[in-house]
Amino acid sequence: MDYLRNFFVNLARSWTAWIGGFLPDWGVNLVNYLVVGIILVLMPVIATLTLTWMERKVIGRIQNRIGPNRVGPWGIFQAFADAVKMLIKEDIVPSGADKPVFNLAPILIAGAAALLWAVVPFGRGMIGQNLNIGALYVVAVGSITTIAVIMAGWSSNNKFALLGAFRVVAQLLSYEIPMVLSIATVVLVTGTMRMGDIVERQVAPFIVVLPVAFITYLLAAAAETGRAPFDLLEADSEIVAGYFVEYSGLKFGWFYIAEYGNLFAIAAITTTLFLGGWRGPFVSVAPALGPFYFVIKSVAVIFVLMWIRGTWPRFRIDQMLAFAWKVLVPASLANLLWSAIVLQIGRQPEQLGPTIVQMILLLVGNVAILAVTGLLLGRAARRYAAQHGWAGA
Amino acid sequence: MTLPTLNFLAILPLLILVAATLLVLLADLVVRNKRVLTFLGLLAVAASLAAVLLVRPAAPTFQGMTLADELGLFASVAILVATGLALLLALERTSDFTRRPGAYVALLLLATAGMIVMAKASDFITIFLGLEILSLSLYILVGFAQRDARSNEAALKYFLLGAFASGFFLYGMALIYAATGSTNLAEISKGIASHSASLPFAPLLPIGVGLLLVGYGFKLALVPFHMWTPDVYQGAPTSVTAFMSVATKTAAFASLIRVLAAVWSGDRPWLLALAGLAVVTMTLGNLAALRQTSLKRMLAYSSIAHAGYVLTGLAAGNDRGFEGALYYLIAYTFMNLGAFATIQAVQRRDQNDVTTEQITGLSTQRPGLALLMTVFMFALTGMPPLVGFFGKLYVFSGAVQGGMTWLAIVGVINSAIAAYYYLRVTVLMYMGGATAAAGDIPRTGWAVWTTLVITAVATLALGLWQQPWMESIREAVTLLALR
Amino acid sequence: MFLFVVFALIALAAAVGVITSRKPVYSALFLLLNFATLAALYIMVEAQFLAAVQIIVYAGAVIVLFLFVVMLIGGGELDDIGGRNKKFLARLTWPRGIALVLGLGLLVAVGYGLLSGQLMTATNDAAAFGQGSVQAIAAVLYTDYALPFELASILLLVGMIGAVALAQPPKKD
Repeated sequence: MDYLRNFFVNLARSWTAWIGGFLPDWGVNLVNYLVVGIILVLMPVIATLTLTWMERKVIGRIQNRIGPNRVGPWGIFQAFADAVKMLIKEDIVPSGADKPVFNLAPILIAGAAALLWAVVPFGRGMIGQNLNIGALYVVAVGSITTIAVIMAGWSSNNKFALLGAFRVVAQLLSYEIPMVLSIATVVLVTGTMRMGDIVERQVAPFIVVLPVAFITYLLAAAAETGRAPFDLLEADSEIVAGYFVEYSGLKFGWFYIAEYGNLFAIAAITTTLFLGGWRGPFVSVAPALGPFYFVIKSVAVIFVLMWIRGTWPRFRIDQMLAFAWKVLVPASLANLLWSAIVLQIGRQPEQLGPTIVQMILLLVGNVAILAVTGLLLGRAARRYAAQHGWAGA
Repeated sequence: MTLPTLNFLAILPLLILVAATLLVLLADLVVRNKRVLTFLGLLAVAASLAAVLLVRPAAPTFQGMTLADELGLFASVAILVATGLALLLALERTSDFTRRPGAYVALLLLATAGMIVMAKASDFITIFLGLEILSLSLYILVGFAQRDARSNEAALKYFLLGAFASGFFLYGMALIYAATGSTNLAEISKGIASHSASLPFAPLLPIGVGLLLVGYGFKLALVPFHMWTPDVYQGAPTSVTAFMSVATKTAAFASLIRVLAAVWSGDRPWLLALAGLAVVTMTLGNLAALRQTSLKRMLAYSSIAHAGYVLTGLAAGNDRGFEGALYYLIAYTFMNLGAFATIQAVQRRDQNDVTTEQITGLSTQRPGLALLMTVFMFALTGMPPLVGFFGKLYVFSGAVQGGMTWLAIVGVINSAIAAYYYLRVTVLMYMGGATAAAGDIPRTGWAVWTTLVITAVATLALGLWQQPWMESIREAVTLLALR
Repeated sequence: MFLFVVFALIALAAAVGVITSRKPVYSALFLLLNFATLAALYIMVEAQFLAAVQIIVYAGAVIVLFLFVVMLIGGGELDDIGGRNKKFLARLTWPRGIALVLGLGLLVAVGYGLLSGQLMTATNDAAAFGQGSVQAIAAVLYTDYALPFELASILLLVGMIGAVALAQPPKKD
């Protein structure tokens, strides 16, 4: 029973002890690094296999359908069938394509998706690398995706692909700013960039302390990964499939894996930053519960994202950029400013994480920002509707 | 960890300017009458000027990043006066050539802030930041007449060559840093003085200083690096040209004087190099100006020549020469601004330039403008008792004192050449018959008149009454502690 | 040391790739590789913050801008601008000569400094970085370099105003 309480850490210890029996120290390190690396790299693949099924089921239910139900019970093997289909398809490189760049793009994008997992804390001490710049690392890796998408769009020698790449630049760069600002708010409040420590210092989940930052981050992250309603990069009805039109077979699969890997990753990061990560009841008694809480919270976030996708129509590009610059950026800037002010009130030296009073003040400020934003948005919407003579404005 | 005390008083003029910029940008959103913005800008310049003159902070400030000495004060005053006059000049024209008078005023104020930073900076980092702030603002201001293809061309040209010059600046700074191990001018000076032989990369020092000179050469329009000047001065809106031709020179020369004072080793070769640069600059500028039919182009070449005169003072390498250079900068500020203000008054609403043809017979149409233009032309020529005369006198006598009589002689010959094209303008205005149609020249508003009167009075008065502020110049030069 | 050599070689190869590629896009991508390896080198000297900023600024902004511009203007192969088909010495015009001399000058200086041990005095700083590079950088940035930091923000403000002012289409008469 004691073993089970901290199952994962104990498992790792016994494993290390076991291979330590016949390997030198550096060998143990090497093998352990490899194992952790392989687990983390496999995360996007696992995410793809499970989340495609989940997505199709959820969207199906929202659209009053059943979703996949043929392969296996409730269709859970549908994803595997798709994967096999993708593997055996012909790999086509369009004529006039820039071959090296064309081949490099899917690798880069899937690599970036895998790299994100290095700083996600699944449980206490269960983190690939508790980097002292973890939060910044997330942003840095995210920016590699932009490059990969541009490479794919440009090298395909296809108008629609290039259009998709152009949209990416505008969209990803615009939404990076509110995303970074909302991450910065969390970093400011916790006083650390280590993802593990952010969870440790998150006495109350930040979703109830900093709702503005949470909402901003979730929307910006959805845009960063090109999820609906921000899926203009691939907008099927406008530019076919955007930057990856020309890809087929396994290379297409890499983009698929990157997409779902990123989806899971942003859910995991949202969980870490705003939902208290692996924290939950009885975790202090049985740390092995942490990863379960973590996955449950992440899946809940993913469900919300799917829900948004299933119910909202796609933005137009100018609306989307205007939304980023005129709504998200000012709101998150105001939030950052307010947090900085609040943290100076009654600050103790060597204080880790916010005090109760500070949390209440933060919440009050956040609610005020939300109210003002909502008010202004509502007025703008009414004015817009009145201009167009729409009824019910 | 203890935070150091930051002496905010030392950068009070800057704080005022930047705060005013933000205010102007905000007011731009709500105010209907855009002239209010210009008045806000004028108010900020006045407040900043008051701060420069009244608040005297002590000691090097911000960890030696900036200095609050007499030279900085002197340059700040000259720059702020130029800004104020340029704002007045643009008062009736901003909405003419741009849709965004708010941005115009804001950029003018920020450029001023950058110039003050550069003039006061005592560290390569701050020098470079000041330089970039002023350059970036000016690139945009030069291209503000968006409908005018010339203005767009000028902006692009200025931007490309300016970026190129920034590269020289940075490389020079990097090499000097490699040679002395510091970016602070005082530290560099100390390092060179104490162990110049044992410095690790001593040979890099002259290369670095040379590259830095090239960078300054671009900004000051010294001759091998002057190619952009005529096009940019002609293409830019006239009020911008008036501003940049004088204020940039003041800022860059003040900074150059500081850098030279820091890396100065009193070496004859360096002085000779500066003198050579001065000779080429003066001569080429004046010769090229002879053939111009566009007044703005002519003044552009003449401004190159004037940079050469100022450089003569620096090449002299003694206190007298430096004093002369500073005096010249003030003199040049007023007379050149006045000349451009007259061009602004004469040019047609849909034009951005004045040809010699257009001013032919100006005296019959607008005797007042013609008279003022004559005053500025005489001052630029160097007629006594106007400021231009004393400027040249001090600079050349500095050169003679420094044992460079030949340089002074070249300067005097150049002044004689310059007299031809300056006086030609006067001759055309008074004796050229009446070709300018009366309706062509727009009514001159009070703001332009104010600018003209201020500059004209200063051109006269500062020549006759120089005792108090020459004292200030002397103090500034003494404090530099040239070796 | 082994890792350092690997990354250094990659960085060098990438740098050579930047200037020898005939397609601008390849040059930009090699530049990206170069920046990425530099980031890896920063991590090896415990300057993680610098590494992350390197990636964010260069990969996230500068290279994206380069690629964007290259894509807009076509991005085919470069013509024979530099006289590629001529012999090396014939291509060595005076601007290139000066650039070569200046580049070699810096290389020699830095190399001499490294070999003679005069550039190796910064080991204490590396230890300070190890304590937490974000804190170490912030401590210097907001005290000794407070003024340049604020001035840089003014510079960005200028850029912002300028972008808005220039992007606005000219007024119609």
